[in-house]
Amino acid sequence: MEFLNALVAITNYVIIPATAYGAQLALGALGVTLVYSILRFSNFAHGDTMAFGTGVVILITWGFQAMGISFGPLPTALLALPFGIVVTSALMLGTDKVVYQYYRKVKAAPVVMVMVSVGVMFIMNALTRFLIGVDQINFADGARFVINARQWREMTGMSEPLTLRSTQVITVVTAILVVWALFWFLGRTRTGKSMRAFSDNEDLALLSGIDPNRVVAVTWIITGALATIAGTLYGLDKSFKAFTYFQLLLPIFASAIVGGIGNPVGAIAGGFVISFSEVGLTYAWKKVVTYLIPNWEPDGLVQLLSTDYKYAVSFTILILVLIFKPTGLFKGKIV
Amino acid sequence: MSYLSAANMTGGYGKADILHDCTLTVEKGEIAVIVGPNGAGKSTAMKAVFGMLNLREGRVTLDGSDITALSPQDRVKKGMGFVPQVNNVFPTMSVEENLEMGAFIRNDDFKVTMEQVFTLFPILKDKRRQNAGELSGGQRQQVAVGRALMTQPKLLMLDEPTAGVSPIVMDELFDRIIEVARTGISILMVEQNARQALEIADKGYVLVQGENKYTDTGKALLADPDVRRTFLGG
Repeated sequence: MEFLNALVAITNYVIIPATAYGAQLALGALGVTLVYSILRFSNFAHGDTMAFGTGVVILITWGFQAMGISFGPLPTALLALPFGIVVTSALMLGTDKVVYQYYRKVKAAPVVMVMVSVGVMFIMNALTRFLIGVDQINFADGARFVINARQWREMTGMSEPLTLRSTQVITVVTAILVVWALFWFLGRTRTGKSMRAFSDNEDLALLSGIDPNRVVAVTWIITGALATIAGTLYGLDKSFKAFTYFQLLLPIFASAIVGGIGNPVGAIAGGFVISFSEVGLTYAWKKVVTYLIPNWEPDGLVQLLSTDYKYAVSFTILILVLIFKPTGLFKGKIV
Repeated sequence: MSYLSAANMTGGYGKADILHDCTLTVEKGEIAVIVGPNGAGKSTAMKAVFGMLNLREGRVTLDGSDITALSPQDRVKKGMGFVPQVNNVFPTMSVEENLEMGAFIRNDDFKVTMEQVFTLFPILKDKRRQNAGELSGGQRQQVAVGRALMTQPKLLMLDEPTAGVSPIVMDELFDRIIEVARTGISILMVEQNARQALEIADKGYVLVQGENKYTDTGKALLADPDVRRTFLGG
């Protein structure tokens, strides 16, 4: 019984939250990895793209709510999501036309492109703040729980509570669908294959008659979509605040690099490595320890790191990977 | 007029010219081979034919139409196929996908062409699901040639197809190239293995410092004592 209680506590406080967070990071890292492998630079504006996309989704959600449109037990934001994707992807295409296209034409070095993306990041940063402000916004509506603590107790009779929030389920289900769609697109469609070819060997892709402008455009559209979905899921699960999204850039890049940047499977695996490390290291294990080791009550919280230091986890993993295995878990390109 | 005629090509990458009044012609279904010492401009001459080099002077015509001003991509549409010396496959894509990408500009059904490539290179059919990057050097060259054949080119250009493969594989590749030529496709090829290449060549060009030094049939060049002494090692 004590062991079961420990298991429930771990599931409730570590496995469920880390899985949801991991799925959000994975979607973010997929966007970063896609831009890296096809456009060949690290896109520092990705966090703020997520913020912008989520901002648009929130505005449309408010519009729907004002009109009395709802999605039943599901959050209205899911209805607003397709519109947010369209707006964000349009912004991506516009940014490419105004900014990145020029640097591609002059064949700027990757590091120059990174700096350009930092500039874009600041602009998008400001744009998001003009659009929706700097405050924390909760925009999740619909049913809050799939299983709440009381239902759990009635179901199992266990004293240790377990809750499953609907946003966590939505996050994981949406992430699975999106990843499936992305892999189907890259692996089965002509356009998707041409994007992989372009990523593999740009010169040969050009020789084969693959249109680079089309590849670039489709890449930005998908990146905009991934960023908006990842940002909206994160915002639903936690809350929206523009600055938090900027901070997410670090764990997202860590995820992409841990998995092997340029490799989509790696981005997903990396997302979960980072999320489980972050949640596992900042969780206070006192309760679990008390269940597992009889007759011993630890004095402290048995927390390895304060939650304030959660970004240090990503940063440490990032550095260790870059030193010891720069290609990442799944053999990405060497950064 | 020859099927491919690249006449009086002069040009280079920067200010200095690499090619000086270089002329290459290939007839239909013929194998033409460019040989010469290192740095003679062999690959450069081929790149010039394919439009990857700006020519100051000279004219390139294919099947009677002037293509001097066309980009490499447009030349592919006109019926040229090019196999670069290195990085000539998509390493993380399967053999089948490599061939599919070769046929990217085609809007018709390319299944028949793919079957023809598989008939020509049976090993590729067995490895169709494997990534091209995981194949041996010789097999990878077959993928590269197969990819170029997918557009059903009239002229196939090969930049050192046997570089870095074993002698046995080299002989096999040359056999395949002869088979391709028999189907009516003209072949223009740059080769390091001059002796073997000239043996299968209908026409041979010996380039020295970007100029035509000797031009004759492959057999005649092999028999020429000057060519033997200077370029074929006796």
